[in-house]
Amino acid sequence: MTGNIPFNIPFVAVAALISIAMYIIISQRNLIKIVMGISILAAGINLFLITLGYREGGVAPIYTHAPQGIMVLPVPQALTLTSIVIAVATLALMLSLVISIYRHTGSIDSEESRKMKG
Amino acid sequence: MIIAIPLLAAFLTPLIGRISGKARNTFVITSLAFVGFLVIILARDIFLNGLHVYTLGATEPIPAGYMVPIRIMLEVDSLSIFMGIITATISLIAVIYSFSFMKGETGHNRFYTLLLLLVAGMFGMEFTGDMFNLFVFLEIASISGAALVAFRIRFADSPEGGFKYIVISAISALMVLFAIGLFYAQYNLLNIGALAQAMQYTMLDKMALAILIAAFAIKLGTVPMHMWLPDTYSVAPASITAMLLVASQASMYALFRICFTLYGVTLNLATVGWIVIVLGLLSMFIGVTMAIRQTDLKRLIAYNCVCESGFILLGLGVGLAVLGNPGALATYGTMAISGGIFHMINHALFEGLLFLVAGAIFYRIGTRNLNEMGGLGHLMKFTSILFLLGALASSGIPPFNGFASKILIYESVYQFNPILAIIGILVSILTLAVFMKAFFSAFTGPVLPKYKAVREVPKSMMIGMATLAVIIVLFGLFPGLVREWLTDPAANALINQGAYIEGIMGVVP
Repeated sequence: MTGNIPFNIPFVAVAALISIAMYIIISQRNLIKIVMGISILAAGINLFLITLGYREGGVAPIYTHAPQGIMVLPVPQALTLTSIVIAVATLALMLSLVISIYRHTGSIDSEESRKMKG
Repeated sequence: MIIAIPLLAAFLTPLIGRISGKARNTFVITSLAFVGFLVIILARDIFLNGLHVYTLGATEPIPAGYMVPIRIMLEVDSLSIFMGIITATISLIAVIYSFSFMKGETGHNRFYTLLLLLVAGMFGMEFTGDMFNLFVFLEIASISGAALVAFRIRFADSPEGGFKYIVISAISALMVLFAIGLFYAQYNLLNIGALAQAMQYTMLDKMALAILIAAFAIKLGTVPMHMWLPDTYSVAPASITAMLLVASQASMYALFRICFTLYGVTLNLATVGWIVIVLGLLSMFIGVTMAIRQTDLKRLIAYNCVCESGFILLGLGVGLAVLGNPGALATYGTMAISGGIFHMINHALFEGLLFLVAGAIFYRIGTRNLNEMGGLGHLMKFTSILFLLGALASSGIPPFNGFASKILIYESVYQFNPILAIIGILVSILTLAVFMKAFFSAFTGPVLPKYKAVREVPKSMMIGMATLAVIIVLFGLFPGLVREWLTDPAANALINQGAYIEGIMGVVP
């Protein structure tokens, strides 16, 4: 990948996504925004995994009737699928918890709802 | 098998629960008892014959024509099975305890389903031989764990504790995934044994190690990242708190598996060892000082948990720091690791007991606030004796198990660096002070008029707590046996990186 600038663009995007996500998670007080931050973080890491497996000019790793030539690596794609499924489950649970926090406190501001500091 | 049974049972539970509640309870407990039985058989086999490798979907770890393992596999050695024993014991006890404790709640089917999922996730984390599987099971355990923390959704603070737990777990799990990506980028491998063999300790590996240590340190609540732990532990149902304790120990197991087996001697040992030691010391000190000023009983115990996991980190950190030095390793390194591992099971036992006792008090009087308690010793004699027992064990008073493991840690750490041992003893004394405060304000004194009607807790909760107490006393009376049969093999397994790699890769030609 030396000197091949277009190939590095995904990695730059990964770094940007992860740092944006970390900033959101740390700085925001709105619970929904924290959830969004985590979702962006997951997207960044999925992109990272997919980029790892990419080979330039490769074709999709399906063995039946595959054309000649290099394939992209199948393993990172399998990992990403699994991680997307897991991220969906996490997201659903987080959002449902936010809803029930909202029902109890009438607010999704983390500073107001956190009664249990210290 | 051990992972599959709780997983299958988890999905069968709601179906059986439709037939009748009693059938479901019997089913849950039978499946867990069966799993425990399997764990013990496997443990015996491992101590006699060494480690086991299971390959899913094939018989040979490395298929013909390939140089590297491509299948998913499980690898169980003495340390994994040791963690398995802890998990099996605590989950069985937690289920027995929950039968009465959760009686006032609704949605039992879902509760036990989640509980079994949590058990499956923890076993998976402990037995896996594959980095990505580790991530998957970590997520299974955290999602079901968070749902269980927030289970009593009618209280305002339960969903908040659950939310904190899931946010923390999601972040740490994604960090783990990122580190796995870094490994894959370099070696095209996911298997722990194969990775350990290929490990070059490049710059990227160092980054991955830093990310992994940070991720698991978040998950097990060492001090710079401990904020979520008291919030979560104090709002979860008591039996679930005991389970979460084991879940964080599973993360601790993963941390040590990575430090010792994955990196092993290629690591810059002294530095990483000291990082772990400093994390441990901070946890011990801040944990205990924060515990002193708590008025919420479960929060107090939760801070004490932070402190005790500091002890475990201290023991294993010292072991890690001298791993590259055979002489020091033989004189005190092995002992430090063995003490740390011994403290792990003790930690699960006595903190589990304390949480269950706190839950029993909450069950009867409906508050966790120490200032509102008093005189409960007259009304709940059995419970108060158990609390005292757990507290003494936790502060390392001789006849109980906490003493046995703490003395191992002190002795070995003293040879490494005397100041560390002195801090350890100081923290222990402070722990005793914390618990004496809690004990006197909750159990002694005159009976408060509003608690006149308080009775002893129901039988199934009592059985759960008493079993833990009996194990604590037995471990305290026969520490030599425990060391010989459980912790020393586990410590050796941790040190012996070569055997783990060989299990996967076969004898290297």
